[in-house]
Amino acid sequence: MATETMATGNEGGAGDNERLEAANGSGFFTLLRTELLLALRSRADIVNPLLFFVTVLAMMPLGIGPDPDMLARMAPGLIWVMALLATLLSQEALFRGDFEDGSLEQLSLQPQPLYFAVLAKVAVHWLVTGLPLAVLSPMLGMMLNLPSAGYLPLVISLLLGTASLSLIGAVGAALTVALRRPGLLLALIIMPLYVPVLIFGTGTVQAALDGYSYSAQLAVLAAILAAASALAPLAAAGAIRISLDH
Amino acid sequence: MAWQWFHRLGSPRWFYQKSSAWLPWLGGAGLILLLVGCVWGLGFAPEDAKQGNSYRIMYIHVPAAFLALAGYYIMAICGAIGLIWKMKLSFVVMRAAAPIGAALTFISLFTGAVWGKPTWGTYWVWDARITSMLILFFLYLGVMALSGAFSREQSADKASALLALVGTVNIPIIYKSVDWWFTLHQPATLKLTEASTIDPSMFYPLITMIAGFYLFYAWVLTLHTRSLILQREWRTQWVRELLGQSSVATGSTR
Amino acid sequence: MQFQFDSLAAFLAMNGHGPYVWAAYLVAVAVLVALAVTPAMRQRRMVREFSRQVRLEEARRRAAKPAAAQPLGEVEAVK
Repeated sequence: MATETMATGNEGGAGDNERLEAANGSGFFTLLRTELLLALRSRADIVNPLLFFVTVLAMMPLGIGPDPDMLARMAPGLIWVMALLATLLSQEALFRGDFEDGSLEQLSLQPQPLYFAVLAKVAVHWLVTGLPLAVLSPMLGMMLNLPSAGYLPLVISLLLGTASLSLIGAVGAALTVALRRPGLLLALIIMPLYVPVLIFGTGTVQAALDGYSYSAQLAVLAAILAAASALAPLAAAGAIRISLDH
Repeated sequence: MAWQWFHRLGSPRWFYQKSSAWLPWLGGAGLILLLVGCVWGLGFAPEDAKQGNSYRIMYIHVPAAFLALAGYYIMAICGAIGLIWKMKLSFVVMRAAAPIGAALTFISLFTGAVWGKPTWGTYWVWDARITSMLILFFLYLGVMALSGAFSREQSADKASALLALVGTVNIPIIYKSVDWWFTLHQPATLKLTEASTIDPSMFYPLITMIAGFYLFYAWVLTLHTRSLILQREWRTQWVRELLGQSSVATGSTR
Repeated sequence: MQFQFDSLAAFLAMNGHGPYVWAAYLVAVAVLVALAVTPAMRQRRMVREFSRQVRLEEARRRAAKPAAAQPLGEVEAVK
């Protein structure tokens, strides 16, 4: 099996070999490391969602007016919706390259369950999109006049929430990977599933701004993340098998 | 041996032939109940003390909302059966259930909005139940869009079944979170959730309408399933014979 | 149980709520009717498509027949 992919050899050839070795070595962390290395090689994939996030947020004051009070009130919602869109848009490519060059099929044939491969890919996706988004969010909060009480909850809720978003979105990405132009379709099928994360994400920041404790909202976000990391890779693995069948 | 009925149930052809006997009963009973319920609800049920006559919209709004939600579960369960037992018929029912559910969700959203205008003075409020209904509508549209995007029917079946299942897991979470979100933002002036008891004279027509909607749903689901079966089994001998017969009957050939 | 309205006009007006009630009922009925009718329409379209295909097949068979008969005749002639 391994020799076959090596023989087919394409652009990502070196990466494929590494990945196969990692998969054969059956270590989840080896797979994670390889995926991360591969992701870090294509800089545009990391930078573009962040640029999108910042650019669209910069449009907001232009659209709704520069009134600082209004911006402050809308800031949690705006930042969260933009984070959601940035995650969603970057998700389309999650399995695409691997699907097209056949390495997804290779992964699905490994003795090790596909669950861990999906989990590794999603973890890497979060490391290169969700994590930078969360780190960048205080700056955007500042630009939107977010009161200082909101910064910490914003960052923590984004850290937890974007991980759930990546996991849930992976199901959609796996379902649409065999389609030619899945962009809008992916948004259509995944957006409704993002609702709870969005609600509790903004709820966290809002509670902090109103002067309440926000630990309950964070607990819910963490619970959603736990449930999503248990179930979403399973569903995504099933979806990958369906897409490979296509 | 014991499983034989199960396999027979999975055969689209068997279903097509058997279901033609159910159709008049389902359709007849459903339409009669709907007619009786409509006349009763529109003309004979007493006027509501608080809302006046606008409450009569309830007689279609509530049953439609019931079935919109039940329809999603029916769709998802059929999808699950199809995925687990690889039952062809089950997938067909699932595919047929999606547009019906979406239409019912639309009815409940539309009637809810129209009901809202005379009652609360506005067509749309971001109330917990309305918002959840809207998200349910999007879930339906997602399943329909996904199933329409595949060129191979089998892939479309499996993919939309999986999406429906994922949606089912999410629906309770979505409902709970939207509920929580609404209590957080609820404006003090709007009190939309009334847990008032309903008078029997208003309740009986409602029950009639709900029963009518259920029967109508079963009837329409059967109709849609049958026509999808014909579309899919297009190349098989029995469908060709059937279509040949009906085309002779309508006199469009020869 | 009795009819709640004095006249047909009162029934249609419903104390000012008429437009809302009737609009809701009409749209609901329209959607339900559309749901019930679509399968029949789809079936009609299919029957039409099917008979077209049958006619095409028949025409093709008729056109192919003389051509198919030719080689057979030759084989017999060789014998």
